[in-house]
Amino acid sequence: MTVVHRSPAPHVVIVGGGGTGGALALDLALRGLRVTLVERGEITSGTTGRHHGLLHSGARYAVNDPESAAECIQENQLLRRVAPGSFEENDGLFVGLDEEDMAYGEKLFAACGETGIPARWLSAAEALRLEPNLNPALKGAIQVPDATFDAMRLPLRWFATAKAHGALIQPFCEVTSLIVHDKCVTGVRGRDHRTERDFEISADIVVNASGPWAEKVAAMAGVDVPIQPSPGVLLALRGRFCNMVINRMHKSGDGDIVVPQRALSIVGTSSWIVDDPDDLGVPEDHVQKMYEEGAKLIPAVRSAPFRQAWSAARPLIGSRGAATGRELSRTFKCFDHMERDGVEGFVTISGGKGTTARAMAETTADVVCRKLGVDAPCRTRDTVLLPHTAYYTA
Amino acid sequence: MGETVTFRVHRYKQGDAAPHQDTFQVETEPRTTVLDALTAIRRTQDPSLTLRHSCFHASCGTCAMKVNGREVLACVTNVRELGTAEVVVEPLENAPLVSDLVVEMAPFFARYNAIDRPLVRESELVPGAQRAPGVERALRYEDCIECGICVSVCPIAGTDPDYLGPAALAAADRVREEPRGRDLPFVLSLADDPHGVWRCHAAFECTEACPSNVDPAGHIMQLRRALIGGRLRRLFAPRAEVGR
Repeated sequence: MTVVHRSPAPHVVIVGGGGTGGALALDLALRGLRVTLVERGEITSGTTGRHHGLLHSGARYAVNDPESAAECIQENQLLRRVAPGSFEENDGLFVGLDEEDMAYGEKLFAACGETGIPARWLSAAEALRLEPNLNPALKGAIQVPDATFDAMRLPLRWFATAKAHGALIQPFCEVTSLIVHDKCVTGVRGRDHRTERDFEISADIVVNASGPWAEKVAAMAGVDVPIQPSPGVLLALRGRFCNMVINRMHKSGDGDIVVPQRALSIVGTSSWIVDDPDDLGVPEDHVQKMYEEGAKLIPAVRSAPFRQAWSAARPLIGSRGAATGRELSRTFKCFDHMERDGVEGFVTISGGKGTTARAMAETTADVVCRKLGVDAPCRTRDTVLLPHTAYYTA
Repeated sequence: MGETVTFRVHRYKQGDAAPHQDTFQVETEPRTTVLDALTAIRRTQDPSLTLRHSCFHASCGTCAMKVNGREVLACVTNVRELGTAEVVVEPLENAPLVSDLVVEMAPFFARYNAIDRPLVRESELVPGAQRAPGVERALRYEDCIECGICVSVCPIAGTDPDYLGPAALAAADRVREEPRGRDLPFVLSLADDPHGVWRCHAAFECTEACPSNVDPAGHIMQLRRALIGGRLRRLFAPRAEVGR
């Protein structure tokens, strides 16, 4: 009689418990891999939880970055199917306040058509019937399928479902070094801050999904990834002044969006550059700019009761260094450090945004599976997610 | 501008014999929140400090903790507005301690999930607004941010481990108000229990402390009235309708 010993599935360690790490943990677990995710703090405590909660239709990128716009509309429609009940599905408006805006609107409308984003022109009067708190001087508006999502609770659904499929999620476990033998990463070392005991986890592949911290984690393997942490200020005001997401009909700028969310209105955002993603600060002039620019869209913003102002660091991909890695899109990149730096067993995913986290995970899981010789299709496109609350009880 | 404030922070690691407090000096600016101060401590003084946080604007509910003895969201608690030379930071009550300021939320969510109230509700539109073409129902997240503050302040939750608690009961009342396809008789049967609405002593601490204007105590009272109304209707209903 022959006994067949089935070797255990390959083990992937994910460093970083943001939306990308959560979606990746689910993707890999659904493909039959063993997954351990380690996160320094609570999950979604970095960039993930801090954004304004816009589920992009892609219209924001349609004119200048059609590839990213196409990604957004695809994910926008897909996420509504796999995460039902997670969105304030009230659409969005791009609002034109002057002739320059309206000229941009013509380009925007055409670009939406080319990238497959449903869009509809509204007269000023029509827009005001839908959103009576808009600046009454508006010239016209374009309706697009933007929506609001809860920046923490949508990612929690990936984490919940990943756990249910066997992924081990370890918050408060800080990676302090990577285990490297002969230019091959074979695991992680760190400290569990719940016990203050050290841990060591071996892995067939380690994925660096640490967002704006990606450069620091990559440095532990002696490789350089060109991540530039770029924070933006956001302003939360008490009260809802609109049902739809309100965008300024011009190219991206400071304070060009108001996102209604629960009982709050979020005005965003600005942009600057920092070295340390742990030390952002909230520049006072940026806060004032949010009031000024937000009030151009919705005058009530100026006198609305303040709830909070905060900063979130985007993980932008810089152009420094020779980016010979596998470029997968203009908006996010997955670096196979074997191809790029001659370091085996180590992959970095960075860039992107909340709306495209699942797509980032799919791309990364494809790279991981190719490296491990695992032939399994992505299933996150049609696996309906558990509710966010299941994360705590699963 | 900088002003130094002393923070006394609850510390505990699994395996420790007992919790203790550590003292940290933190430089504050006019906008510094308790959450900013705690993340600054972790960045510059003690990376082993554990706490929960995510959104920084009172939307996620993860940074609920006790500051100077009162349950608050650390992200919207301004340090200077506290007006105390020393700020004492402790974890929530009525939840198992994980480490430092982190409590285990699983028992909270086990009760909350039993009610299974949807996250999104059909909203009242902004006054004067019309629904946009193609948008079937105007939607809006429920107010509850699942922070656990109402359970921490509740005097009953501290003494009756089986009490459903204010968050879950408020959620049950939201299902009553707007069932959205949920099994309303089942939800009401969970609430209509000695450890459900009838256990509440109407201290109203939960409503007082809620950072998201949910008014759990008001919902518990509404739920009681609805349950009593239902009983009276059954009492006076014709026999055939009562069944059995």
